[in-house]
Amino acid sequence: MSLESQELAELKLKIGRVPTSTELQIVSAEWSEHCSYKSSKKHLKMLPMKGPLVIHEKGFDSGVLDVGNGYVVTAHIESHNHPSAVEPYGGAATGVGGVIRDILSAGTRPIAIFNGLRFGNIEKDKQARWLFKNAVTGIADYGNCLGIPTIGGEVEFDDCYQNYALVDVAAVGFGKKENLIKNHTTIGDLVVLLGGFTGRDGMGGSQFASDSLESEDRSAVQIPDPFIEKLIIEAILEARNQKLINAMKDLGGGGLSCAVSEIADTLQVGIEMDVEMVHTRESNMHPYEIMISESQERMLIITSKTKLKKLQEICKKFRISCSVIGHIKSDNKIHVKKGNKTFANIPTDVIVNATLLDLPSKKPVYLKTIEKEKKFKLISNYSKTMMTFLAAPNIASKIWVYGQYDHEVGIRTVIKPGHDASVLRLDNGKFLSVKIDGNPKQCYINPREGAIGCFEEACRNVICTGATPIGMLDHLQFGNPKDPEIFWTFLESLKGLTDFANYFKIPCIGGKVSLYNETPAGPIKPTPLIGVLGLIEKKPLIPQKIIDGDCLVIVGDTKDEMGGSEYFEYIHKFVGGKCPTVNFAESKKNMKVVLKVIQNKLLKSVHDCSKGGLAVAVSELCMINQIGCRISLESVPGEKLDVDRILFSESHSRYLLTLEKKNLKKLETILKKNKVSFKLIGKFLGDRIQFTKGTKSIIDLRVDMAQKTWINSLKDLVLHG
Amino acid sequence: MNVGVVVFPGSNCDRDMYHVLTDVFNFNAQYYWHEKPLPKNIDAVILPGGFSYGDRLRAGVIAAHSPIIKDVKKLAEKGIPILGVCNGFQILVESGLLPGVLLKNDSLNFMCEWINLIVENNKTPFTNQFKLHEEIPIPIANGEGKYYVDDETLKQLKKKNQIVFRYSKVVNGSSNRIAGVCNEDGNVVGMMPHPERAVESEINPVDNKPSSLIFESLLVKIGVRN
Repeated sequence: MSLESQELAELKLKIGRVPTSTELQIVSAEWSEHCSYKSSKKHLKMLPMKGPLVIHEKGFDSGVLDVGNGYVVTAHIESHNHPSAVEPYGGAATGVGGVIRDILSAGTRPIAIFNGLRFGNIEKDKQARWLFKNAVTGIADYGNCLGIPTIGGEVEFDDCYQNYALVDVAAVGFGKKENLIKNHTTIGDLVVLLGGFTGRDGMGGSQFASDSLESEDRSAVQIPDPFIEKLIIEAILEARNQKLINAMKDLGGGGLSCAVSEIADTLQVGIEMDVEMVHTRESNMHPYEIMISESQERMLIITSKTKLKKLQEICKKFRISCSVIGHIKSDNKIHVKKGNKTFANIPTDVIVNATLLDLPSKKPVYLKTIEKEKKFKLISNYSKTMMTFLAAPNIASKIWVYGQYDHEVGIRTVIKPGHDASVLRLDNGKFLSVKIDGNPKQCYINPREGAIGCFEEACRNVICTGATPIGMLDHLQFGNPKDPEIFWTFLESLKGLTDFANYFKIPCIGGKVSLYNETPAGPIKPTPLIGVLGLIEKKPLIPQKIIDGDCLVIVGDTKDEMGGSEYFEYIHKFVGGKCPTVNFAESKKNMKVVLKVIQNKLLKSVHDCSKGGLAVAVSELCMINQIGCRISLESVPGEKLDVDRILFSESHSRYLLTLEKKNLKKLETILKKNKVSFKLIGKFLGDRIQFTKGTKSIIDLRVDMAQKTWINSLKDLVLHG
Repeated sequence: MNVGVVVFPGSNCDRDMYHVLTDVFNFNAQYYWHEKPLPKNIDAVILPGGFSYGDRLRAGVIAAHSPIIKDVKKLAEKGIPILGVCNGFQILVESGLLPGVLLKNDSLNFMCEWINLIVENNKTPFTNQFKLHEEIPIPIANGEGKYYVDDETLKQLKKKNQIVFRYSKVVNGSSNRIAGVCNEDGNVVGMMPHPERAVESEINPVDNKPSSLIFESLLVKIGVRN
């Protein structure tokens, strides 16, 4: 949990003496993997970060995109995996709080929250169920209280997360470009700590997150208080409006240590501070404890002496504490005092520049044989299999989750959770579409193609609403990077994402790396999570109700790519096979044409075809619209395949287009002209979900029965086991 | 047509309500921080939703002791229309301006979903443009939204026509499916669902006209519209 011996030697060399205990703690926090990205930083540079809409400002914790008319959108992603695995309620809640403050620190108002949740097998494991239930409540209680809608996300269960949890939270902010905080300072400016009290919670949280989870160190988990966070948001936005903030940084991993040293580094100044001025929750805290505590709901503000009074008045109005803890100096050093006594005095660049590592990598041995398929028993009754499948935790409706999140507050939510991507209206008349996606099952089988698949899936979802992707967030979650095989999977995923981002010209606007995600049974599967933001200039495609006689057209080929599919893993309990790959040219062509036919107003809705394959995607349309369908599997474009592969393959770049019959000719003309692979595969009618091949019935289910199972099974599982 | 939107620490639907009042219905709306006095000549007061004081102790109970509530009570006595939405309703109940209490939903979870309301009293300043028993598609978003009164009070509410809205189906276990009530004079109304989230077609997936009538009723009441 502290510096390794060679790091200690290096620190001594750099400062020319033995560090004090406080200095040691400050440096350990900042040199932790969590804060320094020492294992990943060299490689992360490969991702394209520039784009026509990207605004770069120094010291921002979130990415900024110019959405026109003087407005900007900010976005960031974080995880809180280690804390959530120990204390899911507090861990998940404070995860939300942290990412919200990243949005706030740019000077924008947070307008939406997204989350990606991953747990062990909730059908078998009571602890996984407990983790899941409490993480959801933690996110709900925090986000709902803030009045920021939680409008999207995903939930997945896999044995690799046994006794563990991945809790990823993304947030989006919105504001005027002119209100962005341009971090600046002059010598003599004041350093103000604002918000919650500093206590002994979250001690050394960043080091805790940078080790494998061996002990349940509850003191490393922070305590959430959404009410204070809400007051901080309003107070800071008011201070922003009155131009009282010269520079700002939220307190996250590493607490004051990191906030103070990073802001000083950004501004190229020094900070002298007195820990006695920090408002603390408990007495007799040692200076180092105050410096590394990760107590929540705190912001660091640099302001001018002349602006202090106004800032204090705002804090008084909202009854939040604010302490002047120090001032800006010219010496580029962090000087920590308690009264007159010095406890730390070291150069900022030493603190913020951990030596970056060049870790070795090696292709994992398991990948040599993973693509080999096993022979399966033939399924005699696909209707029965389909009912089992619809109740599977990864396939079943997540309404039990998003029904607990206020997804309407803020009155921006145009497309609500439960569809492909969620859409928010913006003040400039445009719309923002956002989706996050991960797929550890496919990433395990092929770290590169799996990661690309997550990226393409998030893009597809955004495309389904009529939006053009404008930015990407990545969150790379892996096991212990010192294992060369794990580090190889990290690099492969990163290279894949980089290639996709370059080809599609989608800049990475922010991200996070979370390593050391290890469970007692070993490392988690590679779990990159990709968030894509899309912009809609005119109108989004809001799914219209499908009725009797409407047509279903599929764009994109269905291929023999069953590796990592829910069908293989849930129905056949088999991990392996060939993972779906994205053909970049085909992917681009399909995206373009789908956007075009949406803009031509030919469609009722577009639905992405992904987890569970065609069978699940079509069933979802039927269950949401409460209408039956008749689909002929022999019409599905692609290779000649067995029925189970057509039904359940998770090939990428596929879209389900629903439309009125009268628009079919026009649609087909455009699709043909653009040379994409497509086919009319069926129509909507009656009250049964029917898949046929030739004259043979393959699946035949009552929509109401299917819907009941799909809607209720996750809730039943959580509540009754 | 001066309408006050009261803001407590932790209110979070104040901006949504303000937007709807000013941009959609052209009211002259003003925010009033909970420590500020309300002007005597105000035409209506709205207590918006949110989590005043983080719902600590019990939803609405701390805000019910805010300085501004004294002014709200005075205006209520004068017959000025007062609407509490969600947390605003909880505050009105906790301050004694409306009968009953709001308990945790039967599911014990926060619930965010679209439901249907039935108008049971079309004589209040916020419902005078409805037909009796008209349905309103509208979202709820609350954890403590289960309205409870004892049998005796329920009888009185029925007798005095104080039940303003009912849910069309059982939603959260509320007594008699009650979603909104008024005081005996009918000028103070509280409701759990969020009308400000339902009046714009862009964000209302069903039909925005019925909920708009809540605000149109107020325009009629204060004489802006006939």
